[in-house]
Amino acid sequence: MVDSLQEKAKNIRKNIVEMVYQASSGHPGGSLSVADILTALYFSELRINNVSDENRDRMVLSKGHCSPALYATLSKKGFIPEEDLKSFRKVASYLQGHPDMKKIPGVDMTSGSLGQGLSVANGMALAGKLDNKEYRVYCVMGDGEIEEGQVWEAAMTSSHYKLDNLCVIVDNNNLQIDGKISDVMNPYPIDKKFESFGFKTLVIDGHNFDEILNAFEIAKQTKGMPTAIIAKTIKGKGVSYMENQAGWHGKAPNEEEYKMAIEELTK
Amino acid sequence: MDFNNKKATRQSYGEALLELGKKNENVVVLDADLAGATKTNIFAKEIPERFFDMGIAEQDMIGTAAGFATCGKIPFASTFAVFATGRVYDQIRNSICYPNLNVKICATHCGITVGEDGATHQMLEDINLMRGLPNMTVISPADDTEARWAVQEAAKINEPVYIRFGRAATPIIYDENYEFKLGKAIQFGEGTDATVFATGIMVAESLKAKEELEKEGINIRVVDIHTIKPIDKDIIIKCAKETKKLISIEEHSIIGGLGSAIAEVLVENYPAKLTRMGMKDCFGKSGKAQELLEYFGLTSKEIIEEVRK
Repeated sequence: MVDSLQEKAKNIRKNIVEMVYQASSGHPGGSLSVADILTALYFSELRINNVSDENRDRMVLSKGHCSPALYATLSKKGFIPEEDLKSFRKVASYLQGHPDMKKIPGVDMTSGSLGQGLSVANGMALAGKLDNKEYRVYCVMGDGEIEEGQVWEAAMTSSHYKLDNLCVIVDNNNLQIDGKISDVMNPYPIDKKFESFGFKTLVIDGHNFDEILNAFEIAKQTKGMPTAIIAKTIKGKGVSYMENQAGWHGKAPNEEEYKMAIEELTK
Repeated sequence: MDFNNKKATRQSYGEALLELGKKNENVVVLDADLAGATKTNIFAKEIPERFFDMGIAEQDMIGTAAGFATCGKIPFASTFAVFATGRVYDQIRNSICYPNLNVKICATHCGITVGEDGATHQMLEDINLMRGLPNMTVISPADDTEARWAVQEAAKINEPVYIRFGRAATPIIYDENYEFKLGKAIQFGEGTDATVFATGIMVAESLKAKEELEKEGINIRVVDIHTIKPIDKDIIIKCAKETKKLISIEEHSIIGGLGSAIAEVLVENYPAKLTRMGMKDCFGKSGKAQELLEYFGLTSKEIIEEVRK
């Protein structure tokens, strides 16, 4: 299982670099840091028979700028054709810069304006509870994103309504556009914050599939409260010159850099 | 017409919401700690399992409503107009209108008739904000009957809808069987001396002015524009052709509201002079509702003066 997830994640990373290169724009850093989390979600955790099944598990990518990782994952899942990835961010394409639920099969919520996804995920989770449905809701957020105040309004709601069908994953790659999150506007300690808001809180290595899958399992077994998984990750993971560099948040590689990245990811 | 038979449209909203909720199980209601004032408590009392108090957290309320809508629910989210639009503009734009989700934003306490709470709580720019959003329908009911219709109608539209309700009691204009149509304004009288286009509680003030002016032999028509978006272009053009003078009046800023929407139709179709009455690029203030209407020149008296000019 873990071997096949690693293989999938590697290919998703190649897709991410390819898409951003072809588009000459996009967000490779956070896409590469979240790639393992999305791989684990879509190829192990989420129960999705078809994208319009009302009983399917939901996934809100609140950090919508990491659309390359999501689209690549959805293509591996067979929800969108892989050849369409080349059209990412182009004017004739449905693959918008940020996820658009009305245009892209498999996207459960439109996102892009940071800080809004957890509220939406809460609404989905509340609807599930109201209808006695079994589906679970996952919300992937950035660590810089949680500087948005709405996130904490939403965290109160998740806890107040005891949304144990909800699991938050914070992609804690430690960087935002202007630098280290602790320098720009320190959100640490992230785990303690979620804990104090009433979440079951787990801190894991976001690139270790055993740890990711184990955390999802604990989240499912947790009753009466939501779960927050703080996934420690590396921004730009898998491409040496992008790793831990804030500058690669929203920049496309040139031809030479692109070739170097693909070579590294093919090893 | 009996101008003394009054009811606040927020009360009509609360009652209509319960009626709708009983018929339609998909209706869920969200409020931000103002259920007693917005009258969603009428729904909450009878159908508590589908009522969600989101606390004093409007941004989260709007996002949660969007999430409900993605799962087939018909969320009605309510708070005062100032918080239901301005404070959450980006959430409405990006999480509701862009994905075209079936969320109803039902705002109460619009305009200066909020009264004593003063400028921070008197929303005068909400029509402006909401009508500028793609996919959004904007309804501004004039009375109890129209408010009830707006609630039922909103539930039939599988898209975002904004409805503005008032705090203060306002005359009941329509009988309970009146058949409203979305996007179709309602004309009172055939007078050709002037047209007064009005929305919300200004419709009753305009009708008062119409009655008074008739005594002097001045015949005007009043047009109730309950649907601000999509606006009834035909009736605006028709009145511009048929009447000598055009006036718009709204309990809202003259920038971006009803007056602006009418002006847009006129300049593109039948250029004509329009006098926009409303809040003249200013904030409100504390006072009793009626005193404020008089202070800011939003009563039948000022309409009559404007027609006579």
